[in-house]
Amino acid sequence: MINSTLKIIQEKDNLTLFFMGKLSLHTITQNQNSIDKIDTLDLKNITIDLTDVNYLDTATAMFLNNLYNHFLSLNIKIEIITQNEDILHTLKLVQRDYKQKIDTKTLKRTNIFNKFGKYIYNSFLGILSFINFLGIIFATQIYYFKSPKHIRFKEIAFEINESGIKALGIVSLTSFLIGLVIAYQSAYQLKLYGANIFIVDMIGISILRELAPLITAIVIAGRSGSAFTAQIGAMKITEELDAMRTMGFDPYIFLVMPRIIALMIMLPILIFISDIMGVLGGMLVANIDLQITVELFIERFNEVVAVKHFYIGILKGPFFAFLIASIAIYRGLMVKNDTQSIGFNTTKSVVEAIFAVIVCDAIFSIVFTNLGI
Amino acid sequence: MKPIIKVKDVKTIFDERVIHNGLNLTISEGEIYGLLGPSGCGKTTLMREMVMLQDTHGGHIDVLGYNIDTISTTNSQKLRQEWGVLFQAGALFSSLTIAQNIALPLQEYTDLSQTMIDEIIKFKIDLVGLKQEDAILYPYQISGGMKKKAGLARALAMDPKLLFLDEPTSGLDPISARDFDSLILKLRSLLGLTIVMVSHDLQSIYDTLDKVAIIDNKKIAYEGSLKNIKSVDNEFIQTFFGKFNE
Repeated sequence: MINSTLKIIQEKDNLTLFFMGKLSLHTITQNQNSIDKIDTLDLKNITIDLTDVNYLDTATAMFLNNLYNHFLSLNIKIEIITQNEDILHTLKLVQRDYKQKIDTKTLKRTNIFNKFGKYIYNSFLGILSFINFLGIIFATQIYYFKSPKHIRFKEIAFEINESGIKALGIVSLTSFLIGLVIAYQSAYQLKLYGANIFIVDMIGISILRELAPLITAIVIAGRSGSAFTAQIGAMKITEELDAMRTMGFDPYIFLVMPRIIALMIMLPILIFISDIMGVLGGMLVANIDLQITVELFIERFNEVVAVKHFYIGILKGPFFAFLIASIAIYRGLMVKNDTQSIGFNTTKSVVEAIFAVIVCDAIFSIVFTNLGI
Repeated sequence: MKPIIKVKDVKTIFDERVIHNGLNLTISEGEIYGLLGPSGCGKTTLMREMVMLQDTHGGHIDVLGYNIDTISTTNSQKLRQEWGVLFQAGALFSSLTIAQNIALPLQEYTDLSQTMIDEIIKFKIDLVGLKQEDAILYPYQISGGMKKKAGLARALAMDPKLLFLDEPTSGLDPISARDFDSLILKLRSLLGLTIVMVSHDLQSIYDTLDKVAIIDNKKIAYEGSLKNIKSVDNEFIQTFFGKFNE
C-alpha cells in the first residue's frame, strides 16, 4: 500500500523535501511524523519537490496546502515544485475549496448548561406529544364506540391472531419454565424445614397474582410491542401513513385502535394461559422433588389460594396491554425519515413499555394492599 | 377557467428556518401545473400542505372550493375522496396486493359489489399500462416504475378530479419516464383531470406542463407558461432552463 518515500535534505537554512512515488491517504501520517522531527528554528527557505511524484490525492493535497500555510505563518519562504499538470490541478482544487471554507459560519459553541437545557426542554416536548397522542386515542375511542360500524373488526381479528394467538407458544413455555424454576429453588429451602406442602401456597399466590401477568407483559412487550413500532415506523418511512391520510383513512382508526383493542382483549387470555402453565411447572417439581401428588396439590390449592389472586392477575392484563400498545405505537409514529430512527425507537419502545408495566404493577400492588385485597 | 386551487400568502417555518414567505398561486381546472425550484425550496412541502398532510404557519389554501385551514372533519373526508395523490415511491400498502391496493378506497367508500370492484380494478390497471397478471403481486415483488404506475392506478380508483404527483418520473429510466409523460397527457385528455406535479425532469416538464410556478427564495419567482420563461431574470431559472432546447 505504502510505496512513497520522503527524503529530507537540509543545507544550512535551506530545506528540501523530496517526495517520491504515490502520495495518498495512507502516507500522510508517516510523512507528517518525519516532517515534525525537523527543527524549523533557523530555516529560511523550504522547497517541496514533487517532480518524482506520480500520483497525488486530494487528502495529500490538503496536507501539503496546510504545510504551506503553516510554514508561511512562520515567516519561512516556501515553494512547491512540480511540472505534472494533474498534480497542479489537484493542488488548485484544494486551494479553491479551502478559501470557500473560511467563509462558512463556524458552528455555535454550546456548553453543558445549553445542552442540559435543551435536553430538558426536549423531554418536556416529548411528554407533551405523548399526552397529545393519548388525547387523540381517547377521541378516536369515542368515535369508535359511537357506532359499531366504525369498529374495524377485520383489523382487530388480524391483530388478535398476530399478537395474541401466535404468542401462545412462547408465553406458555416461558411461564412453565418460570414456574419450574421458582418451585425448584423454593423446594430446597422448604425441605429444610419440612414445610413441603407450603410450596402450593407459594406457587399459587406468586404465579397468579404477580408473575404470570408480569412475564406475559414482558414477553408481549418484547414480541408485539417491538413489532408495532417497527411496522408503523417503516410505514412512516415508505410514506404509507401519508398515503392513508390523503385517501381519508385515519391511521388512528385503521392502525392504532385495532392494535390497542386486540392487545387489551388478548393479554388477559394470555395471562390465564400463563397461570395454567406456571402452576403446572410448579406442580411438576412438587411431584418429583417434594413427593406431593397432583391430587394433594390441587386439594391444597383449592384450600389456600383465594380466587381474588386470580382475578387481580387477570385485571392487570388490559392495563398492561394498553401501556404496551400505546407506547409501542407512539414510538412508531415518532420514527423520523431515516432507518436509524427505527432501531432507536424500537429499543426505546421495548424499554419504556417494560418499565411502564413494572411501574404500573407497583402501583397496583400498593393500591390492592391498602384496599386489603 | 375555474380556479381549483388557490394559495394565498402561505408561510411555512421549520424550526427556525423560513421555507415559504408569502406564496401566492392559482391553479385552474384542466391544467397540468408544475411546481419547480431548486432543491430545498419547499416544493414538496407546498404540495403536502395542499393535501392536508402539513399545516401552514400563515395564509390560506383553497382546494376544490374548501378552505383547508377551517375545513370540518366531514368535509375533509369528502375532499379526500375527490383527489388522488401519487407519492414519490408509490407508497403502496405493503401488506396488500396491487389489486387490493386499488380496491381499498372502493371498498371503504362505496357500496359496489365485489364483481363491479374487480372490473374497475381491471380497467384501472389497463389504463395505467400494467399487465393484468401483475394485479396479484405484492409491492415488494415489482419494480420502481411499476410501483409508480400501481400508485397512480390507486390514486385514480375513485375517479378524482384532481391529481397530485410528487416527482412522477424520478428514478425511472428515460424510456419509462417518457412513457409516464404520455400516460399523464392521455389521462388528462381522457378523464379531464387537473394535475399538480413536482418535477425536476426537464424533458418531462416541457412535454407535459401547461403552467409552472418557480419557487425560489421563499416566494414565487415566476408563474405562467413555459414559453417566456427564459427571459425571466432569475438565477435558478437561467441555470435550469437556459441551456435547454425544446
